Formats: sequence, structure tokens, C-alpha cells
Amino acid sequence: MSLQLKDLYDGFRDGSTIKALARTIKEESEKLSDPLRIMEVCGGHTHTIMKYGLKQLLPPSIEFIHGPGCPVCIMPKERIDHAISLARMKDTILLTLGDMIRVPGSSSSLVQERSRGCDIRPLYSPMDALKIARENPTKKVIFFAIGFETTTPMSAAVILQADHEGLQNLFFHINHVLVPQPVHAIMNDPQNRINAFIGPSHVSVISGSKIYDSIAEAYGTPIVVSGFEPVDVMEGILKIVVQKNENRSEVEVQYSRAVTHEGNLKAQKMIDQTMRVRDTFRWRGLGDIADSALKLRDEFSHFDAENVFAEFLSYEPIDDHKLCICGSILRGIAKPNDCTVFGTACTPNSPLGSCMVSSEGSCNAYYRFGGTH
Amino acid sequence: METLIHNLFYRHFGNEILLRSEDAAVLDVQGKIAFTTDSYTVTPLFFNGGDIGRIAVAGTLNDLAMMGAKPLYLSCAFMLEEGLSYETLERIVISMKEELSQSGAKIVCGDTKVLPRGSVDQIFINTSGIGEVITEGISSHNLQAEDVILVSRDIGAHGATILASREGIELESSLCSDCAVLWPAVKALIDEKIAIHAMRDATRGGIAAVLNEWAMASDVCIEIKEEMIPISDEVRGICELLGMEPYDFANEGTFVLAVAPQDALRAQEILRRFEISTNAQVIGNVTVQKPGRVILHSPWGTARYLERPKGELLPRIC
Repeated sequence: MSLQLKDLYDGFRDGSTIKALARTIKEESEKLSDPLRIMEVCGGHTHTIMKYGLKQLLPPSIEFIHGPGCPVCIMPKERIDHAISLARMKDTILLTLGDMIRVPGSSSSLVQERSRGCDIRPLYSPMDALKIARENPTKKVIFFAIGFETTTPMSAAVILQADHEGLQNLFFHINHVLVPQPVHAIMNDPQNRINAFIGPSHVSVISGSKIYDSIAEAYGTPIVVSGFEPVDVMEGILKIVVQKNENRSEVEVQYSRAVTHEGNLKAQKMIDQTMRVRDTFRWRGLGDIADSALKLRDEFSHFDAENVFAEFLSYEPIDDHKLCICGSILRGIAKPNDCTVFGTACTPNSPLGSCMVSSEGSCNAYYRFGGTH
Repeated sequence: METLIHNLFYRHFGNEILLRSEDAAVLDVQGKIAFTTDSYTVTPLFFNGGDIGRIAVAGTLNDLAMMGAKPLYLSCAFMLEEGLSYETLERIVISMKEELSQSGAKIVCGDTKVLPRGSVDQIFINTSGIGEVITEGISSHNLQAEDVILVSRDIGAHGATILASREGIELESSLCSDCAVLWPAVKALIDEKIAIHAMRDATRGGIAAVLNEWAMASDVCIEIKEEMIPISDEVRGICELLGMEPYDFANEGTFVLAVAPQDALRAQEILRRFEISTNAQVIGNVTVQKPGRVILHSPWGTARYLERPKGELLPRIC
């Protein structure tokens, strides 16, 4: 019998396993000396916690603080405006991923531009960019690349293939960002209250669990790299509670079915071949963070939309709507329902802030999956 | 145009009323009638399990059936893009004819426009239909506490099929649209005197949209047991790959019904006799818990609201 897709997740959504983990967490957490304030760095985990109602299964001594790991949510408005300016250029096809097309920039969004006639296409796979560029030799095809370490190797593969084929009409606007630096930025904020982390498994499949070594060491916080299924997350939480009770603060891998300490060296090499660390990158809500993002290497500057179309792009910072507290949410010092416009002036249909737009954003997760209690 | 009308539409849809070629069809209808209209556009035009023609007929027939009305007459208007091949159009028309034969309804009037290239995406079809109301009172405003909610089959097959067949996702799967005419199954429920309080085909927006519309319209709470909702492995697989929820996926031959509690199991049994609803299932019930809301209960004892889908369904990034 061949492996079915469901074999990969069925067991990790098993009701009795989840209930059993909830019981063990409850017992173990009675020994905690302090309440646990766990930051789940990645929006995917926020989504799991809300969608599967995991908070309802945990004792009040365990609180979640939702982190900045949503590539759409952390994109500052001026860079969304970049995408819009590029899309508006004559004879251009702009490509991007997922709900990036819904995020409002300073005065428009890609969805609105599409309805005005711009050719904007959400991709299912970045590799499709190659096909679109080949099929449209008279058009400028620009891939607005977003995502953390997880999606970066795919962009790198597209760049290497475009280079190999000598494609002249494919360009890249690179917005790839890194996990560790914003975590440091948050921990160095005196307002932060975080004392443990859940790290995203898919990032570490690429980058290894080694990227968290410095965090566990610097702040004495346990970090458990966990998968995204409810059983994974519950097991990750249990490992954190046990570490706390045993007075340990280590990087631990719950998602051992695919994460190693070193990660995927081949993918890391492809990234390194094509991209280098930017001196600084402005994160929505977090501000400028040094060494927190990637850009194309100089030898690929002919592919770099920020270089080729520089005259169309402005780097003037654009702040969020004054009622929007996405910044505080991304820094982990506020919850979506602390916001005065949450669910009223700001909804997934007409979002004011990016955390409401992306399905990985915490406001969106609260809105869609808000508990019933 | 004359040739098109005679060789194609009259040939396949021909019936006494249509062939009279008057300015309007004159119909003999008694009692209360239900009247509905819908316009159809789908990319790709042909997909596993159906095509735009099948949907254009089934969709309108189903809207009538959902009101407890026996479908009688349809109008049909085609908007064709210049350059659409005759073979394509004929294939669509033959599908429509086949779908009509499932219910006994007739196309009695129509219109065809050919528009310049680029102003229509190949073909748009509008159909309107009228049906004889056989049983009154079926309404989205009519849900009552303790009603039982059923779904007629596994959900999301159409939405998943369309998604999988669109350019960009190259997937091999056995996914097949659920596109079907529902009247025969509905008629059986009515004939066997099932107390149907509400009934709706879960087209755009999926069962998430239907349940939310009902909860709002009747000011009741609908509580659903997640593990009871039938979902095929293929549909679940697409959802897993793209980060979507099967509750949001469109259906073209799946309906949700609210029935009096004492009739629930009998309704389930009747539906299961039909090929289009062999896995009909009770999925939840109506309560007074949180009026206007739909609550999903997980197998591990947690609960969350099921919201209606918002805008375009986009895949998750990572």
C-alpha cells in the first residue's frame, strides 16, 4: 500500500492523544513556579492554536504571546507600495504568494490594482515564475518574493534556474526575512514578558535547530521546535513545561521527524549562493532590525528589481493607521482583542492592519477561530 | 445565428413551447410557483465530473428544488465570446440536455449574444427557472431549536476539483465535481413526509456560508460535530496542501438540510438510497446557545466559531 497524504497528519490530530497530552500538561504545570508565557514565533502556530482550540485545553498558568513570524504581517507599507509601483509599470506581470495580494499599502492593494487592470497573479509554487517568464518574453515578469527561511530556498532555486536559462525578463523583489534577529529584538525590549518559545518546524527543516542556540543561551528560555499539527504543538508545550520544572533552558526538537541541528545544507547553500544578509530591514511594528533580511548578491543584480527599477521605488517609511496596534501585537505586548478596531473597523474583508489580512496573522486567527467562551 | 439556433439549440432543447418561436413562452402553471435566476461562469469550462453547461442547468434546478418546488421551465441565455468553437458550444449544450433529462424540466425560451473577443471569458450562461411549489414553508428563516442538520454527501468536491484543475497546481488526483441534479432525492424526502424546515445547496461559500446564513436568518445557534462532516481524502488532501478549509469550498450537488428531530434518521436513510447522496450524514443540531453563530466542536472537546469565507480563497504561504 502506498503512503497517503492523510497518513502524514491523521495521528497528529487524534482526539484521545490530544486529550491525554492536555491532562499531562495540566499535571506537570501544577509544579510550575511561575506562569508560562510562551511566544509562538510563527503565525502558523497561532493558527493551529486558535483553529484547534488548544488554549481551551490548557491551564490558565500557560499563556501564548503571538510572535512576528508571519511574512505578510511584517511587511512595511512602503514595500507593499513597491509591489504596487512595479505592478503598475507598463508590460509587467507581478507575481507573489498567497494573501500578500490583499494587504493594503499606503493607498491601494494588489487586489485593487488587479481590478484596475494590472496583471497580478498569486502563485501556488514559485517555480511557476519561470514558466510565466518563458511564456511572456515581451513582458517584464517580477516575482515579489516573501517569506522566512522556509520559502527562501524556493526563491533561490528559481533564481539559479533563471540564471542557468539566461532569462532576460524575470526579476526578483526580495523580501525574505530571518527568524532569529526579530526574536532578539523582542527579547531586548524591556516590555517583553516572554519566558519560553515554540519555534516553527518548517524554518528549522531548512536552517536547523542551531539558529536558536544563541537565544536559549542569551535569555535562559526553553525553545522547542515543534510541528504544526495539534499533537505536535501540545507535545511542544509539554516539553517546555518539563524543561521549566527541571530548570533547564535548552533548544529541543519536538519535530524530530524532519528537523536536525544542522538543517538542510543543500538548501542553505543555494540561499548562500544567491543572497546575502541586508544591513538592515524595516519590520512592520518592530522597526529597523540589523541583519534580519536577505537581498540578492551583487552578481545577480541584473535580476534585482530593487536595482533595475530603482527609479520607481521609494524607501520613505510609512506608518500604520493610528488606531491599528499591529505593531504592539507583533512585539508580543498586546493581543488582537486589545485593539479598539478589532472586528469592527478592521475585519478580514476590510483590514486596517496586516495582522488581519494574512491567514497567518494573529488578528485574522482570532477573528476566524475566536473561542466560543 | 439562425443556423446556430436551429441546428444546435432547437435540436437539443426542442420541445413544443420552445419550437413555437414566439416572443415569449406561454406557460400553463397552477398554484404557487418558485422563480429563480443565476448566471454561470467557470474556469476551466470542462472539468472532471462536469462542465459549465451541467452547472448552468443543475444550479438553477437545484435552487428550485431547495424551495420544495418541482422544476418545470427554464430560460437560457448564452453570452459567447467571438471565436468560441462550435464543438465546444455543442458539447456544453449536450451536457445541458442530459442534465435537464434528470428532472423533466424544459428550456422554453432563450437568447444568444456573440460578443467581441476579450469582453467575455469564452462563455457565460444565464438560466432562470420556475417550479411548482410542492411543499410550503421551507425557509432559511424557519430553523427551530432542536432541529437536526444533515449534509447530503461529502463536501467540497467541486471546489477542490476546480482548484486542482486550474493552471498552477499540477496535481494528479481522482477528484470529481459533485455537480448533480438534486430534485429526485428532494422529491423522495417530500413524498415520505419528512418535516424539512430549511434546505439549501451549498454552492459558493460552501457549508460555512449556508450554516452562517441560516444561523443569522433564523436567529439560532447551529452546533456541528466536526468529525461527523463527511469529507473525502482527496478534498482533505487539497486543503492540507493549500491551507484551506473544506467547509469553504463550493459544491454543485451537495445540500444541507434542517429537519425536525424525529425525522432526522429517516431523512438520512432516504437520502442514502440515491447515488448522489449515498453518504448523507447527520452533522449537528440547532440550539439556543449563541444565536446567530455556528459552533464547530472538535473530537477533543474544544469549540470554535465557524465563520463564513471571506473573498477569494488564497493558498497559505508556508
